[in-house]
Amino acid sequence: MKLYDVADLAIRNLRESVFRNSLTTIGISVGVASLVAMLSLGIGLQQLASRRLQKSGLFDTVVATSRRDLRNFREQREEGPPPAESPSLDEPARNKIAQIPGVVEAYPDIRFVTEVRFDDKPHLTMVAGIPFSARNNNDAFDGMQGSFFSSDGAAEVILQKSFAEELLGITPKPGTDNTNLADLAKPLLGKELTMRYAERASAPSSPSLGPSNSAAYSVVSRQQALKIVGLTDLDPDSLRGTARARVFLPLKLAQDLHVMQPNLRDTSASDSPSYTSLSVRVQNPNQVPAVEDAIKKMGFSAFSIVDATRSMRQFFAVLDGFLAIFGSLALAVASIGIVNTLVMAILERRREIGIMKAIGASDADVRGLFFAEAGAMGLVGGAVGVTLGWAIGRLINFGMNIYLERQHFPSAQIWSVPMWLVLSAIGFSIVVSLLSGLYPASRAARLDPVQALRYE
Amino acid sequence: MDISGPNSVAVRTENVCRHYQMGEALVRAVDGISVDVRAGEFVALLGASGSGKSSLLNLVAGLDRPTSGAVIVHENNLAELSREQLAKYRLHTVGMVFQSFNLIPRMSLLENVELPMRFAEVDRRERSALARQSLERVGLSGRLSHRPMELSGGEQQRASLARALINRPKLLLADEPTGNLDSRTGTEIMELIRSFNQSLGMTVLMVTHEQALAEKYASRMLHLADGKLVNDLSNDGVRGISSEPMQAPGPGGKTQ
Repeated sequence: MKLYDVADLAIRNLRESVFRNSLTTIGISVGVASLVAMLSLGIGLQQLASRRLQKSGLFDTVVATSRRDLRNFREQREEGPPPAESPSLDEPARNKIAQIPGVVEAYPDIRFVTEVRFDDKPHLTMVAGIPFSARNNNDAFDGMQGSFFSSDGAAEVILQKSFAEELLGITPKPGTDNTNLADLAKPLLGKELTMRYAERASAPSSPSLGPSNSAAYSVVSRQQALKIVGLTDLDPDSLRGTARARVFLPLKLAQDLHVMQPNLRDTSASDSPSYTSLSVRVQNPNQVPAVEDAIKKMGFSAFSIVDATRSMRQFFAVLDGFLAIFGSLALAVASIGIVNTLVMAILERRREIGIMKAIGASDADVRGLFFAEAGAMGLVGGAVGVTLGWAIGRLINFGMNIYLERQHFPSAQIWSVPMWLVLSAIGFSIVVSLLSGLYPASRAARLDPVQALRYE
Repeated sequence: MDISGPNSVAVRTENVCRHYQMGEALVRAVDGISVDVRAGEFVALLGASGSGKSSLLNLVAGLDRPTSGAVIVHENNLAELSREQLAKYRLHTVGMVFQSFNLIPRMSLLENVELPMRFAEVDRRERSALARQSLERVGLSGRLSHRPMELSGGEQQRASLARALINRPKLLLADEPTGNLDSRTGTEIMELIRSFNQSLGMTVLMVTHEQALAEKYASRMLHLADGKLVNDLSNDGVRGISSEPMQAPGPGGKTQ
């Protein structure tokens, strides 16, 4: 029999006992739905976690440092030129690094402790420059109050929650985290604060010291008015440990201020600063080793953390496996339903099978017909199940976000149904259905036509 | 051998047996029948219930396999055919008509007649035209989209005949084709079968227990009793070509 005829007859047969076949198909749908819902949550959690980790900058950042700082501690294992001949990590070097394939940006690490005045009260804190790209790449700014910097050089500032509390004189009770960020933002957003800092200005060149003496500079006391534009709950600088900043400036502004800071090695202080370290952000964590090598070839030191994501992926592979097994249990139960439905159909259509065989249907024709019926139930059940599972996952995501909101957490996407999941769930459903149809189909095919025709 | 030639053997059974085990008892449904049927013959299989006539018909139809002996149809020994080959044989060589019509109730007449062509993988467009023609030939052109249950017994049997003939078989096997019909309708059906036998030269093997019907339409009558052939008569009173010596006369059978 041709495929079209098999499909046509199978659909007619399914429509004949539409109620029973619908129930069986619903059984498959529920199985597929539970599988899809479980896996969509597993995948969603995995994506959430890897998004967080990626945005943390831990896995897509290479830190490049100049070897000149190792002038006195020659490191044996490092390849490349000796530290004294190593190139300076200056602006041209930074541009060069930024052009390595896979590198998104390379920016200097600027941070310093200084005094910030608000309401005429001084507060001492760590201030850090934030690259403009962090607006999209750092999830600390996802749930922020107010807005991100309007430009890379704007005289604007974003405060970390704990510093905002300090400015307003609020002391949170230990162990509780119930201060609402929005309440803190109201009295602060749009206000101005004044940052006092020490600018390092180039010293007049002295023939006795020579032009390349980097130790020669003067310090000028300055102050800068900054507008508070945003408040963030999470800590964008969380990986810095004790050097964590609580006040954030646009990186360009921070650079232009020429603030004296312990790790910036200015040779001339004015136009061509030389940095001790650069953060190099890479497009994809997989490119980190290649970028690291390229930086080393340029004569700098480079380090990164790459392998940490591997264990995370392994954990999620195991989690997804467990979720898939539990999800598949319902599908296994549904497959018993298919066997039952088809065996019932054989009993009911026994005479019809006998007639078909008497007028020339082969075993393969009869088998194909039952297979097609099982496959069709699998296809429809799979499609309905995927839709159902998608909806269930969405519902759980929705409920979870209400819970997160109540707990004052930013909303999160903990659910994801990628196309491969849709296709493989439907495919899996068809395969399970066909396997369930195996026994009934071969039983129908082996039916003795003489016996079947006698059956009333 | 020319299979359509008037004297060629269409069906030959050689000491064919079909025994069943029923609990402890061995049922000898067909018990050593040897007979030759020439192409184009109209043969009636007569006998009481349980005489083995339907069992013999099923063996010739390739629906059942003999316990021993051979059934040779147009030089094919059915016992040697695989299940797949037997299905092909039923599809192309044999057309079957049953007492209870055996149309598929949820299909229209047209679809019922088309069904064997689906198994034969005839093109869809061609199929419908051929099925219409076949139904027209049995006088059912106005009933194409009716379902079997909406028709009289006679009409259902006509449709069943149209289906049996759709793949142009060489052999028409009829199992009590008038058994569920009144005598007038039964006569109509028998006239149709005779016309196919005469116009298409189709060999007909018909199981019946109505002696009169057999005498009127068949050219040869085989009487069976207890699974054995007890009498083989051509309708003009001449003994047929059975290769076995005749045993006791069958019920109502004429002996020479």
